[in-house]
Amino acid sequence: MATKNQKEKNTKAENSVSTVRRARHGTPLTIFFTILSILWIYPIIVVVLNSFKRKAYIFRNPFGLSSVPLSDGFDKWQAGLSKAFVAWLNYQNAIKKTDMFRCFGYSVFITVVSVALIVLCCSMTAWYITRVHNKATTVIYLLCLFSMIVPFQMVMFTLSKFANMLHLSTPWGITIVYLGFGAGLAVFMFTGFVKSIPLEIEEAAMIDGCNPAQIFFEVDVPIMKPTIITVAILDSMWIWNDYLLPSLVLNVNKYRTIPIAIQYLKQSHGQIDWGAMMAALVLAIVPIVIFYAFAQKYIIEGVMAGAVKG
Amino acid sequence: MEKTVKKYWWLFVLPTMAAFVIGFIVPFVYGVFLSFCKFTTVTDWKWVGLQNYTKIFVVNGKVDTTFLHSLWYTTLFTVVTMLIINVVAFAIAMALTKGLKGTNFFRTCFFLPNLIGGIVLSYIWLMIFNSVLANYSKTIVSTQWYAFWGLVAVVCWQQIGYMMIIYIAGIQNIPSDLIEAAEIDGANSHQLLRYVTIPTLMPTITICTFLTLTNGFKLFDQNLALTGGNPGKQSQLLALNIYDTMYGTTGWQGVGQAKAVLFFILVAVISLLQNKLTTGKETQA
Repeated sequence: MATKNQKEKNTKAENSVSTVRRARHGTPLTIFFTILSILWIYPIIVVVLNSFKRKAYIFRNPFGLSSVPLSDGFDKWQAGLSKAFVAWLNYQNAIKKTDMFRCFGYSVFITVVSVALIVLCCSMTAWYITRVHNKATTVIYLLCLFSMIVPFQMVMFTLSKFANMLHLSTPWGITIVYLGFGAGLAVFMFTGFVKSIPLEIEEAAMIDGCNPAQIFFEVDVPIMKPTIITVAILDSMWIWNDYLLPSLVLNVNKYRTIPIAIQYLKQSHGQIDWGAMMAALVLAIVPIVIFYAFAQKYIIEGVMAGAVKG
Repeated sequence: MEKTVKKYWWLFVLPTMAAFVIGFIVPFVYGVFLSFCKFTTVTDWKWVGLQNYTKIFVVNGKVDTTFLHSLWYTTLFTVVTMLIINVVAFAIAMALTKGLKGTNFFRTCFFLPNLIGGIVLSYIWLMIFNSVLANYSKTIVSTQWYAFWGLVAVVCWQQIGYMMIIYIAGIQNIPSDLIEAAEIDGANSHQLLRYVTIPTLMPTITICTFLTLTNGFKLFDQNLALTGGNPGKQSQLLALNIYDTMYGTTGWQGVGQAKAVLFFILVAVISLLQNKLTTGKETQA
C-alpha cells in the first residue's frame, strides 16, 4: 500500500520538472545526497556501535568498533576489536539502572491515553463551538487561541503544584494535564476543519432522527479523519518526547518516562556511565525508528498539514 | 438544529473545559498573580508588588546581568539557528523536489532526527562533541561559545528535517504552469528561483521562519541536557534561566515567576507579529 502511494508521488514529482534539467544534474546530486543522508544519520549509527563497546573505549575511539582507530594499523585494530566488545553488558547495566522497560510502558501509556483524550474531547468541543454561536463559545475559542502563545515556563510552577494538590501526579492524572495544556492547539485545528463541513448533511441526519451525539460520531468523525490523524501525530511527537512537564508533574521516584529516565542517568554531580547511556539511547531510539517505519506516510502528511494550519 | 445541539454542552464541552481550567487557565492567572508575591509554594504567599521584577535586574543595589546576558545569548542563538535551518532546509527541499532517484530515502533520513526528543538527541551529541574535543583537551562547556555552537548544531540537526518537509509541501503546491510559463519566457534557473519560486513560497517561508523563531526562544531540553547552562550560567537560554531561578535557589521562586511573565510577553509578541504577517499574506493570495 505504502510503496504504491510513494511511487505515485514520485511520478507526480517527476512530471513537474523538465527532463532536461534533471538529466544535467541528476547523478552528481544523487551521489551527493546519498553521502549527505548517510552522514546525517551517522551520529545514530555511532551510538549503536558504541553501545556494544567497553565504556573506557567510547571516548578513545568514538567512531569505530575497535578500541583504537584504523589509522593505528590493521593488526592493532583487529586486536582491539575483541578488547572493546562487551556484547550486551551495557544493555544489562542500562536496564538495571533505568528500569527501561517500565519507563517504556509508562511512556506508551501516557502518550496513548493523552492523545486519545485530546483527540476525542477536543474534536467534540471544536464541533460544538463551531455549531453553537453564543458568547460562551466565542470566549472558549479565544481562550484556546490565547493558550497557544503561552510558553510552558509561564505555568510550570503553578501547574505542577496544582497537579500535586489534585493528586494528578500519576500516569492517569498526567493525561488530564496534557488534555488541558494541549487543548488549545487541538481545538484550533479541529475548528478550522469543522467549518468546512457542510451543515446540510448534519441536518439530514437530524431529520432521520439522530441526536447530536450520534450526528457527531456517525457523520462528522468519519469526515474528520485526516485532521484526527494530524492532531494525533503532532501530539504524539510532543508528548512522547516531552521532558519538563512530566518531570515536574509526575512523582519521579515512582514513575519515569523515557526522557526522564535518560536525564536521570546523569547523576547529581554530573557523572555519566557512558556505556549504560549509549545502550539506553539505543533503547530509546529503536521504538521510534520502528514506529516511523510503519507510520511514515501519516507522520509526513501530518507534519505538512499541521504546518499549513498552525 | 443549533437549539438541540446547545443542550449537549455537558457532553461536548465540559470535559475539555474542566481539564483546560486545571491545566491552563488557573495556573496562568495564578502565575501572573504570584509574580507579584514572595512565595515558596502556592498556598504560602506575601504580596510584594513589583519587587520580583526589579530583582531580575538589580540585586542588593548591584546590577545583575545574568538575565540580560541570557536574553542576548538566546536572541543570538535564535537568529543564527533560524537562518541556518531555513536556508539549508530550503536548499534540500529544492533538490528533493527535482525527482532525484532515492528521494524517499533521503527524506526519511533527514526527517528522522526530528522524531527523537531533545534529551536523547543531546546525549548523542554530547558523546560525539566531547570525544572529539577531548583530543584538544576541551569539552563542550569549555567556553560559552563551544556551548553555543554545540547547541546550534544539535538544534539544526533536529529541525532541518521538519522544515524541509514543510518546504517540500510548499514547493509541490507551486502550479507547474507558472514554472513552465517562466521557462518558455527564457528564465534561467536563478531567475526562476528569484522571481517565481521564492515569491510564491512567501507564506511557507513566513511559517517556517516563525516556527524556528519560537522554537529557538522556547528551547529547553537540549540546553539542559547538552550544556546544563555551563560554564557558570553563561550558556543558559531564557527557558533554562527561568527554570534555574525557580528551582535552583530557594526564596527566588517569585523572581523566577516574574521572569516567566516577561518571557511570556516576549513569545506572545513574536506570535502576534507572525499572525499579522501570515493573515496579510493570505488575503493577497
